[in-house]
Amino acid sequence: MSGSVVDNTVSSGNSSVAIPTDISGQILDIDEDDDLEVFSKDTTLSDGSSLNASMQTSSASMINQYKFEEEEEDADTKDIFVTVDNPESHVTAIETYITYRVETKTTRSEFDSSEFEVRRRYQDFLWLKGRLEEAHPTLIVHPLPEKFVMKGMVERFNEDFIETRRSALHKFLNKIAEHPIFSSSEDFKIFLTAGSGELTSHKKQGPGFLSRMGETVKAVAAAVRGVRGRPQEFTDMQEYAEAFSQKISSIDKVTQRIVREQKEYLEELKECGPTYALWSQSEEELAEPLKNVAGCVDKCCKETEEQVKHLNDHLIPVLHEYVLCADTLKAVLRRRDNIQADFEVKTEALATKKADRDADSKVLSLAWDSLVGRSPEEVKQQKQQKLKGEIKEMRDELDKVEDRLEWANNALKSDWTRWQKGMRTDLRSAFNDTAERNVSYYEKCLAVWESFLQSQRTDAEGNGNVDFS
Amino acid sequence: RGKRRSTYDRNTEEQMLEPTICSLRGYCSGIEYCDSLDQNLQMVEKGTSLLKKMEISVAEAEKRTGKNAVNMQETYTVYLIETRPVDAASEGTNPVPDSLWRRYSEFELLRNYLLVTYPFLVVPPLPEKRAEFVWHKLSADNMDPDFVERRRVGLENFLLRVASHPDLSSDKIFYSFLTEENGWKETVFETGFQAKADSRLKALNATFRVKNPDKRFAEMKHYGDELQSVISQLLRVRARAADRLYGVYKVHGNYGRVFSEWSAIEKEMGDGLQSAGHHMDAYAASVDDILEEEEHYADQLKEYLFYADALRAVCRKHELTQYELEMAAQDLTSKKQQREELATGTIRTFSLKGVTSKLFGQETPEQREAKLKMLETQIEEGEELVKERNAECEEFVKSAWVDIERFKEQKDHDLREALISYAIMQISMCKKGIQVWNNAKECFSKM
Repeated sequence: MSGSVVDNTVSSGNSSVAIPTDISGQILDIDEDDDLEVFSKDTTLSDGSSLNASMQTSSASMINQYKFEEEEEDADTKDIFVTVDNPESHVTAIETYITYRVETKTTRSEFDSSEFEVRRRYQDFLWLKGRLEEAHPTLIVHPLPEKFVMKGMVERFNEDFIETRRSALHKFLNKIAEHPIFSSSEDFKIFLTAGSGELTSHKKQGPGFLSRMGETVKAVAAAVRGVRGRPQEFTDMQEYAEAFSQKISSIDKVTQRIVREQKEYLEELKECGPTYALWSQSEEELAEPLKNVAGCVDKCCKETEEQVKHLNDHLIPVLHEYVLCADTLKAVLRRRDNIQADFEVKTEALATKKADRDADSKVLSLAWDSLVGRSPEEVKQQKQQKLKGEIKEMRDELDKVEDRLEWANNALKSDWTRWQKGMRTDLRSAFNDTAERNVSYYEKCLAVWESFLQSQRTDAEGNGNVDFS
Repeated sequence: RGKRRSTYDRNTEEQMLEPTICSLRGYCSGIEYCDSLDQNLQMVEKGTSLLKKMEISVAEAEKRTGKNAVNMQETYTVYLIETRPVDAASEGTNPVPDSLWRRYSEFELLRNYLLVTYPFLVVPPLPEKRAEFVWHKLSADNMDPDFVERRRVGLENFLLRVASHPDLSSDKIFYSFLTEENGWKETVFETGFQAKADSRLKALNATFRVKNPDKRFAEMKHYGDELQSVISQLLRVRARAADRLYGVYKVHGNYGRVFSEWSAIEKEMGDGLQSAGHHMDAYAASVDDILEEEEHYADQLKEYLFYADALRAVCRKHELTQYELEMAAQDLTSKKQQREELATGTIRTFSLKGVTSKLFGQETPEQREAKLKMLETQIEEGEELVKERNAECEEFVKSAWVDIERFKEQKDHDLREALISYAIMQISMCKKGIQVWNNAKECFSKM
């Protein structure tokens, strides 16, 4: 069954997603006429060997037209909503683990129903991420929260850790759902909808261990050899990824340091209020203003506490995600390089074989062949046939790899742009929120002290004192 | 040359001491103050004479080097005291002020003289000798220019406090401190106060118990202890908090640097990041001014920390006076008893003489007569002494209590002003914060 890619550059832009079909042959029901028209122009998928929703095609025309449209994140165009909540602890004889409720609401027709609720554990998320990366080695998958506990945490299942993880998992799934390619992955669909038994059996499918080993060996070989003719634009991306990684890590560290210093400031400030209160007990006239000041300081303490919490709960997680993203960028570029290296190796091999063929047509190896009793002409012909076959094989293989490379490059380029936009939006909004929160913090403290001044003014007016200049 | 105003606000002080009964009565709350009020009024008329006649300021500080008492080279700071008659300024002409240089040790000498000469007064304190309650960025070095500047302000404050005190302001030694550069030290020593100072120090440090402590003074002493303790605690806590706050602000400076570097690799985000970074730098830099203002508040608290000590000294001196009175009275009583015994022949008090005379026989009538005569003289002297000491005590109590009331009012007024100025500082800090983060927010939204 052939699948196809809907080319959004031709459509009039009413759909926000390039919706491919998956390998199992389900064809999307598209109501809009425009899309239907394009649909009839579809081309064939040549390679259906992998079981997950691979994007590999052999058509050059299709590859060149592969593009992500401008993301419209309005609620109007969003047709899938995923939430992760409700962590629960499970205890078995062997282990204790946490599952999270994953709820999906969607109007997409490839889903059997419009609402789903499943429970998933961290391992399941890890599996999904792995599948998406395998299928799309040069697309940027949003990072998952870290597998292992951060240093300094004693208990793996303390409340803050679970909440931080839940929030990150929620973001992860939403990023997947927003992604034009990933969101139509069959694995994603199964993740969202399958019961735990069904999920387990689905997980067992997929490229066998040995074939995956084979891929890995090839990948290592290619990596060791290195890429020779990397296009400048990818070198630029590499440099950007390095630099971005450094900067975002620094910002993450600076922010964590700020949180630490704020917490220590808070500790000291907490002792000020009680000291003023203690003083007020020895005084007569001064008792009231001192008590008042004590109250003001205590209020400011509360505000400081809230502000620190906001930093911790909102800015730090986002920065942390993008620190992990930076690593993803570098990995994606590495994988692209490997594909190119593979292509280069095979190109060289083909050229060598061709040279053999040309050389062979001239040289007669007489000695062995006379022993065996075949005529030189026969032998020569046999050899030529064999070489011709080998060359054809290698040529076909090379074509495949070339297509794969081109597809990978284009996919990466598009997804890079998409990622940068997302990064810009996320970080802009995170810093904006932080700045706003800081303004609000100072405004609240300002109000506290102004009310103190006000109370002293009215007192003074009552007593006949003056001069607040 | 940014001169900071001293805590002493001349206008406010004058307002407070303005001799209109109505406003003063409005300031004090109770009827029991009225007596001291009238006295205050008289003193006010008398006392503010110096400040009404003369403007005083400590205008500058300078480093000097010279040989000290043990002929070693030393560096010290001198302060320029400027005085100018008040009328001259108001006439429109601006004559050059009279001035002289004094070093800190001379201020100390002046204060010690005042302490000894007016033990019943709460003598204004000097600014601290060494920087205490420092937080890390603030230097504990006496030569540090910021410390010197704050000390200059503190010394001016001291002089103004003394000059506005109803009794202290008319002291001659104080006047010559302000006006006679040379020979002032000798003049002070000629008063012979040093001897009194030594004995006073010894007495104040001695432990003794008073039989009938005056409740008011005991309470005052207790209050002095509490005030000292709580202000110390407050200063300590405040210094630690200031240290931490400094850290918070300064770390934001790192944002400035990293944003700037990051902006170099971004296209659309670059401008927003870069300008946001500048605001982060501004935020980090703003803490220096904020904390300098807070040091001023700390200085106001410190003044009353040291005032608490002065208050306690008055109470202690009263105790001593009381004790001496009690000792004299006790002595008199025992002598009277001895006379009675001698006269009636009964021995009620234990004495070695009594025992030996019992053991070895009574004395002769002549000896008894001589003894009686001696006792009579001693009793007469004793009664004089008791009368004297009693009068001293009463006088001390009267004067001290007047000054304590005056001090209480001043303290309540000044500390309330200090709290208000602290609130104003906090408000200013918040306003700066709002401005910076609003600016940053603008830049971020353009990212």
